[in-house]
Amino acid sequence: MADTRRPLSPHLQIYKWQVQMMTSILHRATGIALAVGTLLVVWGLLSLAAGEAAFDQFKICMGSPLGIILLVGWSWSLFYHLCNGIRHLVQDTGAGYAIPQFVRSSWLSVIGSLVLVVLVWVYVLTAGGAA
Amino acid sequence: MSANDFGSHDVRSGLRNPLKRARGFGSAQSGVGHWWTQRVTAAALILLGLWFVVTVLSLLHADYATAKAMVAKPWNAVLLILFVLTMFWHAVLGLQVVIEDYVHTRWKEVALLVVIKFLAVLCALAGVLSVLRIALGA
Repeated sequence: MADTRRPLSPHLQIYKWQVQMMTSILHRATGIALAVGTLLVVWGLLSLAAGEAAFDQFKICMGSPLGIILLVGWSWSLFYHLCNGIRHLVQDTGAGYAIPQFVRSSWLSVIGSLVLVVLVWVYVLTAGGAA
Repeated sequence: MSANDFGSHDVRSGLRNPLKRARGFGSAQSGVGHWWTQRVTAAALILLGLWFVVTVLSLLHADYATAKAMVAKPWNAVLLILFVLTMFWHAVLGLQVVIEDYVHTRWKEVALLVVIKFLAVLCALAGVLSVLRIALGA
């Protein structure tokens, strides 16, 4: 176990809110959500392999109100994790670490993910209903 | 280069076998393997993930036969299998870090690390077998 006599860093509530900390927390949170979402991908593939009845059941579940809410959440998680993941890959090269750039790219991840998820759902709705 | 140039900044280096530095595995014994694999799978998932989203959207109102025929196309089957494998690999690497960061009881940490690996392998196999079954027309 951790030796608590060592100096501890201040915990979250000490810090002033900044967009960079939100993007960091969201990256982890959406990553965990997407890890759960992998089960959905497998469920879809299993039902497709199992036969028409199983696949229709899958489509009914995804088209239900709860299914739609989960799909909206997962699709935003995917786009956020994608945008911010690309941002992290760029930062891994050593680029974009000046504070103004860091803040700007944080907002870019958040806004980019929202734009993408809106575009996708506008497409879904205009193509005539969900799932 | 004299012997003194090698690691002279570290007063303890005299007690260490130089092979440790040469291999660069560090205290975790795996070097940058985890970090690097996470980046490589991330880069692959940019392409595979976007392809997956576009494919799912193209099947929006597809009936069973259409969806099945789509998955059965050779390139789609190959990319789907790649997507499933890469997705679970990346997910395990990510969850591993989360567990290591937040689970401070050693036995729970180890148990969770093993459980997510078991689940990931189980689900990845289920996904791959489903695609193969559809693609090979069983």
